[in-house]
Amino acid sequence: MSVQESQPVAGSPTVMHRVMTGNALVAVLAVVMSLILGGLLIALTDPDVASAASYFFSRPQDTLAAAWSAASGAYLALFQGSIFNFEGETFTRMIYPLTQTLTVATPLICAGLGVALAFRAGLFNIGAQGQILIGATFAGWVGFTLDLPAGIHLLLVILAGMLGGALWAGLVGVLKARTGAHEVILTIMLNYVAVNLVLYFLSTPAFQRPGSTNPISPQLDATALYPPLLGPEFRLHWGFVVAVLATVFVWWLLNRSTVGFEFRAVGANASAARTAGISVSKGYILAMAIAGALAGLAGVAQVSGTEKVLTSGVAASFGFDAITVALLGRSSPWGTFAAGLLFGAFRAGGVTMQASTGTSIDIVLVVQSLIVLFIAAPPLVRSLFRLPVPGAFPAPKSAKDRTSAATGGTA
Amino acid sequence: MKNSLRKFPRGTVLSAAVLGASALVLSGCGTPPAEEAAGATAAAETDYLGCIVSDSGGFDDRSFNQSSYEGLKQAEADLGIQINQAESQAETDFGPNVDSMVQGGCDITVTVGFLLADTTKAAAEANPDVNFAIVDDNSIDLPNVKPIIYDTAQAAFLAGYAAAATSETGKVATYGGVNIPTVTIFMDGFADGITYYNEQNSAAVELLGWDKEAQNGTFIGNFNDQGAGKTNTQNFINEGADIIMPVAGPVGLGTLDAVIEANAAGGNARVVWVDSDGYETAGKGEEFILTSVMKLMGDAVEEVISTDVEDNFDSTPYVGTLENGGVALAPFHDQEANVPEDLQAQLDEITEQIISGDITVESGASPEQ
Repeated sequence: MSVQESQPVAGSPTVMHRVMTGNALVAVLAVVMSLILGGLLIALTDPDVASAASYFFSRPQDTLAAAWSAASGAYLALFQGSIFNFEGETFTRMIYPLTQTLTVATPLICAGLGVALAFRAGLFNIGAQGQILIGATFAGWVGFTLDLPAGIHLLLVILAGMLGGALWAGLVGVLKARTGAHEVILTIMLNYVAVNLVLYFLSTPAFQRPGSTNPISPQLDATALYPPLLGPEFRLHWGFVVAVLATVFVWWLLNRSTVGFEFRAVGANASAARTAGISVSKGYILAMAIAGALAGLAGVAQVSGTEKVLTSGVAASFGFDAITVALLGRSSPWGTFAAGLLFGAFRAGGVTMQASTGTSIDIVLVVQSLIVLFIAAPPLVRSLFRLPVPGAFPAPKSAKDRTSAATGGTA
Repeated sequence: MKNSLRKFPRGTVLSAAVLGASALVLSGCGTPPAEEAAGATAAAETDYLGCIVSDSGGFDDRSFNQSSYEGLKQAEADLGIQINQAESQAETDFGPNVDSMVQGGCDITVTVGFLLADTTKAAAEANPDVNFAIVDDNSIDLPNVKPIIYDTAQAAFLAGYAAAATSETGKVATYGGVNIPTVTIFMDGFADGITYYNEQNSAAVELLGWDKEAQNGTFIGNFNDQGAGKTNTQNFINEGADIIMPVAGPVGLGTLDAVIEANAAGGNARVVWVDSDGYETAGKGEEFILTSVMKLMGDAVEEVISTDVEDNFDSTPYVGTLENGGVALAPFHDQEANVPEDLQAQLDEITEQIISGDITVESGASPEQ
């Protein structure tokens, strides 16, 4: 999180004050607030609560008990589905939910890093969805068409996926740098192009199973798949390790390399960066290409990790969730990593929540959306919890630094 | 907020608040039930658990997810079994959803659609003592998986014949959601029915929107853009077609919109609905629905479950045909007066001939028998 970015200034406020005004606390409180509101929603939509509420004034404790059991039952199922299943019969089944969370988090982290990196270079990259799809298409094609020995095949699949994403996003960077076209419009439109292009590919025999005309590709060869990380009984695969490595790489790139410094300079103020002798065009193109390659990795995690086939829905809504993940992570690599894990937990737990308590999967999505709403409005959370406003205390300079770094000057 | 409230006179806000509060109070004034309802209903129920996993369309898609889910609900009502369901938001949910159903102790899990085939196959191989049924897919050959498939072309053939006989302009049309076998099987049968009508009656009724030879035609590209369905239908009407068959789930509602508008302006366009009897399910424009090509998935799902409850599960594919009533042509309802007098007799005769094999309806998408 961006706590690490707030440098101690001479005469700075106490540690406690920094924690209270920091973004980390706001993020945690936003999650808490949305869980409370989500619990209320679950209780309100529960049929038992509704029937008990019809005689609320005769026996109010029934309504309250039903509301409590609905909300607590749903959150218990969410926990059981995403962290630890204490009702599991074997140890494997007990820790299965946690591995499931990590599995779902893998593409979210990769694509989230891509979006975050572009944010830091001042580019609002809405195109992760298309970049994942094209990356998955490249990777999938290499995976089920070529016949190569183990090791080399997987490596080639990963490279193809990154190349696909990098080309798709790099195109946006080039157009932005050469013509000044706005990247938001370009990336949104390329999302549509990508999904329809994949649908077209899947209608050609080269992408279909022999003897079938369904729009679904053959399974990828065994040599093209990520090996399971903890054994065949779990869905968790080595793609998660790749996601961790990608996070380390992005951290190094942004905080330790010259290129990353240039990205951040371009993102903070393109004119000033140009005056200082930094090539803004190069920054845009390179930042988008790397962002696309990261989103391509998310596509590889899908076709080569969990789904093992290419379909037009292989990217689910990961590309759009990735934007939320990057925002929640304040565009920092490890923040994005943590946000990806959180969203992975919600997605994995949502399945159990739906199956074992009958809570609609839509409610899980509502809770996720509420988190984003609270994250996007820090003043709201601060006023709800009466937290001190950063800058009200005599440290306006450091507060200002923090804000511009966090949003990456996305204007 | 404060400012916006101040725009109203204080009295209005107050009375609105009182009204709202009294509504809340009144709704809470019912009588509580007796403390214990002493297990009156529990006796009839079994502990058999039947489950269903939707594809990304969800259980309210007015198409195969919904019909299959209704079949499960029907089994719950008729057989007294327990049910559980998981709706998939995206294709990535298939694996976890099927897994959570198996872990939840389901005796049978119904999966809907060919996209779930790989997941179902893997789960069936890993859990040989649990049964599965998969709707609209025939690729799995395992002792504990029952494919439920339909020779929809047979019923669509009847619809094509009826449409050709009823058309006044000599042009009928069809379009699909996405070019996949479960959609094109409708269009193939429809095309064959029109060709057969032309041969029998030396007519020249023309079909727009589908070329059976080339296996290509008009497609929306998805199953949710009703606006595109409306535009397409208007184009067909402008080209002279007066009977349109949309094969695209809820997109067909767009066709109904276009037909309602065209007929309000003095036209005489009609719709052939698909999957269920549109006269009962479409919710608008029923009077313009000529007939429907019905795929009775709910019945099949219930039947498969009831054989499994009786311990007679087998993995031979269930193929819905005209013969076993798995597919059928709906009645004409309000359009009864507008179809040729002897049409129903002719359709009955064709139905006999299809069942006996005298007429063969060919579609590349038909299930092999």
